[in-house]
Amino acid sequence: MKKLMTAFIAITLVSILMLVAINRLNAAQGYSGDETLTVFNWGDYIDEYLVSQFEEETGITVIYETFDSNEAMLTKIQQGGTTYDIAIPSEYMIEKMLEEDLLLPLEHDKLSNLHYIDERFMDLPFDEGNKYSVPYFWGTVGILYNKELLPDKTFTSWDDLWDADLKNDILLVDGAREVIGMALNSLGYSLNDTNEDHLQEALKKLETLTPNVKAIVGDENKLLMANNEAAVSLAWSGDASEVMFENEALDYVVPEEGSNLWFDNMVIPKTADNIDGAHQFINFMLQPEIAAKNTEYVSYSTPNKASLELLPDEMAEDERFYPAPELTNRLEVYENLGKDMLSLYNELFLQFKMHKN
Amino acid sequence: MGNKFMRNVYMVPYMVWVLLFVIAPILLVLYYSFFDIHGNFSFINYERFFTPVYLKLTLSSFWYAFLITFISLLVAYPTAYLLTKTKHKRLWLLLIIVPSWVNLLLKAYAFIGIFGAYGAANNFLEWIGIGSRQLLFTDFSFVFVTVYIFIPFMILPIFNALNSLNPALLDAANDLGASKSTTFRRVIFPLTLDGVKTGCQVVFIPALSLFMITRLIAGNRVITLGTAIEQHFLVTQDWGMGSTIAVFLILIMFLIIWLTGFRKRGA
Repeated sequence: MKKLMTAFIAITLVSILMLVAINRLNAAQGYSGDETLTVFNWGDYIDEYLVSQFEEETGITVIYETFDSNEAMLTKIQQGGTTYDIAIPSEYMIEKMLEEDLLLPLEHDKLSNLHYIDERFMDLPFDEGNKYSVPYFWGTVGILYNKELLPDKTFTSWDDLWDADLKNDILLVDGAREVIGMALNSLGYSLNDTNEDHLQEALKKLETLTPNVKAIVGDENKLLMANNEAAVSLAWSGDASEVMFENEALDYVVPEEGSNLWFDNMVIPKTADNIDGAHQFINFMLQPEIAAKNTEYVSYSTPNKASLELLPDEMAEDERFYPAPELTNRLEVYENLGKDMLSLYNELFLQFKMHKN
Repeated sequence: MGNKFMRNVYMVPYMVWVLLFVIAPILLVLYYSFFDIHGNFSFINYERFFTPVYLKLTLSSFWYAFLITFISLLVAYPTAYLLTKTKHKRLWLLLIIVPSWVNLLLKAYAFIGIFGAYGAANNFLEWIGIGSRQLLFTDFSFVFVTVYIFIPFMILPIFNALNSLNPALLDAANDLGASKSTTFRRVIFPLTLDGVKTGCQVVFIPALSLFMITRLIAGNRVITLGTAIEQHFLVTQDWGMGSTIAVFLILIMFLIIWLTGFRKRGA
């Protein structure tokens, strides 16, 4: 008995000692301070080779973490357990993060490459004067469809999705704003509509789409479209261009009634510990050569004007992914509608998912 | 003094564990469920739960969980029975358990390939002359894949119950003139009922709150309480409503355990 007791005490003591040691070591090097930079980005949204290049050039060790939704990212930053130095949220989330005072202002004199960004993408309503954010990529939401499976169909309008011939052939993405926004647009309303009657009308219209909907999926729609599992999918432009490389039969269109225009942006959250390093990182990513390399890997649309000239022509001149300003003016950026509206959108989306034809 | 004191010391890790990882989370869930989306104290979430949307959700979750449990039992009982009759029981059992070591998501993605329009399952249907049809994103594929995932958890307790059955009882039944089916009904099944109950509990409860499979295999055509909880925590940030649904799930769990455990004491 006594032996056991001694062993028990010894183990407890050793554990405590180890905990203290780990704490000391963590504080002394790595995980915080000037030597490391914690980057928080969407999954598969950077050419990882560029991260190594940044590490070599600056001697800073990058800790790279990923998220799969703006909301998940927000939750983690709010909790503040990790010292994220860079995050890449979408525009409506930046508004929300500003409301909650979660961002640090940028020091523009440390961002000498900022002038490479196209004027069109600077000084946008969600962050006037780019005090807190620098554009990373941008894109649209549209219809990705298979020309070979649907030889005599053309897509110009959202209403084309309601075609009875497309029975059980459409994939939707699992996002309330995207799907309800699409229905609102097809009815001629804004995708930031907060009128409850309009939203109910959108739900009614969506319910008539049910027979055509094969599935409501996440990132899997890329895999499914590449394998000809479905003929049509609601898609983000970047995902669309990615699968179009794999499956030549696919084409992408932004419907004429309008759609969503979005921007992902680099910001420095309040959790940052290496603010200087974070500026270095942003400035590094703004270099035209680096931005071009990144664009070739990620295949979303770059806001970096100088890097566009370094891209292969068929990429930079593709109207589907670099639509003319006339088209983008018709598109809308998601506004932060507030918690109550977001909750209503999701409740309606849930009702739509449960609707059986 | 030593003995009693030591026993208390041994209890410490267990008590700490239960307190930190069982009681505290349940209390937290309960606590959050009383706050609306703006963080004000209210019962609105409980009112919302009794609206048609969530009631329908609960009913449909129940229906699918019931189907999954029932089909698992139908397959698992004969399998477990056969296993006890084989020569290398442990080996066969191991083969059934091995798939549960593979990551759930990996298995789900594999099934996307198998059930796809040009997948192995459709090739087979084509070959035997039925012709290919849509398998992925149907109720069938959803129930099939979940049964596949849960079946080891149903087989194990039933196997253990069958395996520890005293063979002398079967001989006695035989000697006393009971037919095979009577022996099964009156001797084997009642004596393995505990295993069946455990199996049903282990399958039914997680089946109620599945969420990843509903999207990957059923393409969100099947919606369960788990889907709603995930959405409230990750998308709407309405932790109150998410917690309220979780509270009801916990209550349902207690109810099921109480119901399936109750008869044992009666018998």
